[in-house]
Amino acid sequence: MIAQATRRAGWLGDRTLLGVAIFVGSESIFFLSIVVAYVANRDAGLGDARATLDLPRTTVFSLALFASSATMARATTTLNARWLLATIALGGIFIVGQGTEYARLLAAGTAPSSAMFGTTFFTLTGLHGIHVLVGLAALAALGGSTAARAVAVRPVAWEAVALYWHFVDAVWVVVFSVVYLGTKL
Amino acid sequence: MSAVSLWVNRPAGTRAGGWLRTVDHKEIGVLYIGMGIAFFALGGIEALLLRAQLATPQEHLLDPETYDQIFTVHGVTMILLAVVPLIVGFANYLVPLMIGAADVAYPRLNALSFWLSLLGGIVLYFSFVAGGAPDAGWFSYTPLAERPFAPGAGVDYYILGLAVNGAGTIIGAINLTVTILLMRAPGLAISRLPLFVWMTLVTSVLILGAYPALSGALVMLFVDRQLGGHFFDPLASGQPLLWQHLFWFFGHPEVYIMILPAMGMISEIIPVFSGKPIFGYRFVAGSSVAIAFLSFGVWAHHMFAVGLGTAETLFFSVTSMAIAVPTGVKIFNWIATMIGGRLRLATPMLFAIGFIAMFVIGGLSGVSLAVVPIDLEVTDSYYVVAHLHYVLFGGTMLGLFAGAYYWFPKMTGRLLHEGLGKWHFWLTFAGFNLTFLPQHWLGVSGMPRRVFTYAADTGWGPWNLVSTIGAAMLAIAMLVFAVNIVRSLRGGAIAGDDPWDGFTLEWATTSPPPPENFARLPEIRGRRPLWDQKHPDQRDVA
Repeated sequence: MIAQATRRAGWLGDRTLLGVAIFVGSESIFFLSIVVAYVANRDAGLGDARATLDLPRTTVFSLALFASSATMARATTTLNARWLLATIALGGIFIVGQGTEYARLLAAGTAPSSAMFGTTFFTLTGLHGIHVLVGLAALAALGGSTAARAVAVRPVAWEAVALYWHFVDAVWVVVFSVVYLGTKL
Repeated sequence: MSAVSLWVNRPAGTRAGGWLRTVDHKEIGVLYIGMGIAFFALGGIEALLLRAQLATPQEHLLDPETYDQIFTVHGVTMILLAVVPLIVGFANYLVPLMIGAADVAYPRLNALSFWLSLLGGIVLYFSFVAGGAPDAGWFSYTPLAERPFAPGAGVDYYILGLAVNGAGTIIGAINLTVTILLMRAPGLAISRLPLFVWMTLVTSVLILGAYPALSGALVMLFVDRQLGGHFFDPLASGQPLLWQHLFWFFGHPEVYIMILPAMGMISEIIPVFSGKPIFGYRFVAGSSVAIAFLSFGVWAHHMFAVGLGTAETLFFSVTSMAIAVPTGVKIFNWIATMIGGRLRLATPMLFAIGFIAMFVIGGLSGVSLAVVPIDLEVTDSYYVVAHLHYVLFGGTMLGLFAGAYYWFPKMTGRLLHEGLGKWHFWLTFAGFNLTFLPQHWLGVSGMPRRVFTYAADTGWGPWNLVSTIGAAMLAIAMLVFAVNIVRSLRGGAIAGDDPWDGFTLEWATTSPPPPENFARLPEIRGRRPLWDQKHPDQRDVA
């Protein structure tokens, strides 16, 4: 296509990346609405949050997710599947951490229906967790097609998945700050 | 000739994919328009039921519970399942043609958008056979929409239907945005885009900003209803007003999502039928961007009656009045375009002029509602019902009818019948005003919206009867339109490529266009490339 050929210059000139960037933008509004609800109901749940959340433990799992953005950045520049595997591993560690956190809270009687804290906590972190799972699936699909196909997957596919993965990571920066660090305020 | 080849000019011998498998933007556009028409008919039947129930005092055609379901589904249907698909359908069909592209940026995602939008509508209507439709109004305020007060499954179908439909709409908006930004033909700078494409771009950005807030609110309502959550539950220190804030953060931009594309349509039609370029192109485009920005800062004018603080009330009152300014600018653009032009009063132009007249009334009643004391007096009354129908029917629907008459020849190769078109216009115009003008007086004299009946001594009977008669006239007008479509599809006059002496690229290809739209594009050196090609001596200086 002529249009594609003439406008390939910048990264926002790429059809795939621009689409993912816009998608990520609209997802930000989605998360913003949930974060607003969390903050609006914060006072009602703050006591429970302080009593039940394990900040040091979740900090460790969060560092794994934050680090995965760095490995993903390496994967995009090198197009090397090993960095992709490292990213999947770090994302997996985060999800396992969240899962054990959920199990501990549920065992202690904190559930979406128990009180305001449970409602807002599980909704916000749960929606983020679903996005991490989708991201892991995308990483796995990228890795799988890189391994299976004779023709190399276009670098733009790596960049597109990376863009989404960085977004999922950035959302956790906000969620971790509001939910976990917020208990210290 | 098969049903598919009616809409796309396929070379003999090429096999069509069929409606289920198509990824052609024109066929998906037609599917969207078909969905919009089907749901418009359903929403119209619901409206007729409501008007029949209200025709005289103490009527018992519908019981109160059914009435609640019908007005709820009528609102959701008309806004999300009729108007938005119609708009997205026209955008899908026209944008690639107008920018000289072969298709949208992501043809397969485009099909996904459509099927998700349709699935959302089907899920919503499935509620009728699954224990009752949603009945908490189209904005489903909490705590009314919470489980204790809406124990049936209706609101759950509302949540699922709107979430799925919204996902389709968001994906569609991403597609249209990228298409407009990256797929334009050489020479077609942003400053030369047809105004319908401009409005589609602004609308898509509004969708991307507004719909996710609705999705978020729906997820929270789902958690409350299905997982026993407490977001909007005042008994567990939840915040019912949060729903209103989130809903209207979506809901007010949604109003502009519905009106801007119709404004884009008449901004294409009025210049062509005035034989002049649009007056003040930059102002039409720029004022839409201003509207888009402001539309995210006016939502709480739907909530004056809940008792916001003085500062918030003032803020939202002022922004709501301010948004009338860029809106009013366009009215002057259209009128100035017509002044001194050689006007051709064909049906598309009649509907476009009707749009201007009716939208001015709806816009002015809207400004009156931004005045807080007036709003407090008439909030949730028939005055509001009258206002919103003047903008959404008098505005959006008349604009869509104008667009239908204007582009039907491009989509089918055949003209709609002018005589029936004029009947359609005048019956619509008279029926619409008979239906909704009296609702202003009803509202001012205190008739609340969403009541299933009223006492005879209120004095509301006569105007309600007039309103119902108007609704019947509107129904007849729609039947005339349906007859016109069916007759013209079968044996309408052959349109040719360019029946209106058009300005823009969609008229530079066959009617209907071939699968990849253009055999050869005109050179684009201005805002009216086809006009420039036909009249090289009268080129625009743009």
